[in-house]
Amino acid sequence: MSEFKVHHRDGEGVSVIDLKGYLDAHTAPDLENAFQKLINEKKFNIVVNCRDLSYISSAGLGVFMAYIEDVRKNQGDIKLTNMSPKVYNVFDLLGFPILYEIYKDELEAVGKFGPRK
Amino acid sequence: MAKKLTKIIQSRTDNLLEVREFVMLAARQFGFSEEESSKIVLAVDEACTNVIKHAYQNAPDRSIQIDIMPDRETFQISIIDEGKSFNPNSAKMPDLKQHLSSFRRGGLGVYLMRTLMDKVEYNYSPGKRNEVRLIKYLTPSKSEARG
Repeated sequence: MSEFKVHHRDGEGVSVIDLKGYLDAHTAPDLENAFQKLINEKKFNIVVNCRDLSYISSAGLGVFMAYIEDVRKNQGDIKLTNMSPKVYNVFDLLGFPILYEIYKDELEAVGKFGPRK
Repeated sequence: MAKKLTKIIQSRTDNLLEVREFVMLAARQFGFSEEESSKIVLAVDEACTNVIKHAYQNAPDRSIQIDIMPDRETFQISIIDEGKSFNPNSAKMPDLKQHLSSFRRGGLGVYLMRTLMDKVEYNYSPGKRNEVRLIKYLTPSKSEARG
C-alpha cells in the first residue's frame, strides 16, 4: 500500500517537495532523505507543498526541525504551502508558524525567495 | 458501559496506520466530531510511536495492546507495553517557543498528547507492564453536530 509519497521538482533556483498521504514515524525517513539529498546538492531554497498531505504527527514535524537550521545557515529556507486546515492545526499547536513561513499558495512562497543572483 | 475494544499490534511503525483507522472508527461511533476524533487519533499515534521508539527501542517484534473503553461520556484509550519504563516526571512540558527555537525534536509527542486530550495518566510496573491512559470527555461542543 502506498501511504506516503515525496516528489521533488526543481525550477527557478527553488526546489519544491510535494508531499502526499500520511507523514508519520513510518514515513518520516522518506522526507528526511529528500531534504538530505537537496542539502547534499547544495539546494537550500526549499518549498514544501502540503496540498495532498492528509496527516502529520510529531515525527513528521521533527523532520522540518532537523533540517531548518542547516538550510538557514546556508542562506536558504524551508517554506511551507497549501496546508489543509487539519494539517495546519497540528503545526499551529506546536508553534510552528512562529518559526516557519507558511503560505496558502506555492507560487507566493517561491516568489519570496526573490530573484536569482 | 459500552463494549471494550482491543487491538494488539507488533511494535513496528508500519502498523500505525492500522491503529489510526481503528481509533478513528471507534471515536466517530462514540459520537465525537471528525475534528475531535482526529485529535484522539493523533494522541494515540504519538503514544504508540513513543512505545516503539523508547519502550521497545525499535525492536520490531514486541507487542503493543490498545484498549478502547467507552463509558457514558468518557472515552478512554489505554496503550500497554512490556518494554522499558518511561518516567513521566522526567518529561516536563517544554517551553514550546524555546524548545522549537533550539530545534529540538524530542518531547513533542508528549506535549501533543497532553494538549490534545483532556487527561493523560501513566501507570507503570517497571519491567512488567507500562500503561498510558488517554482520556477525552464527550461534551456537546466535541460532538458531531446533529440536526
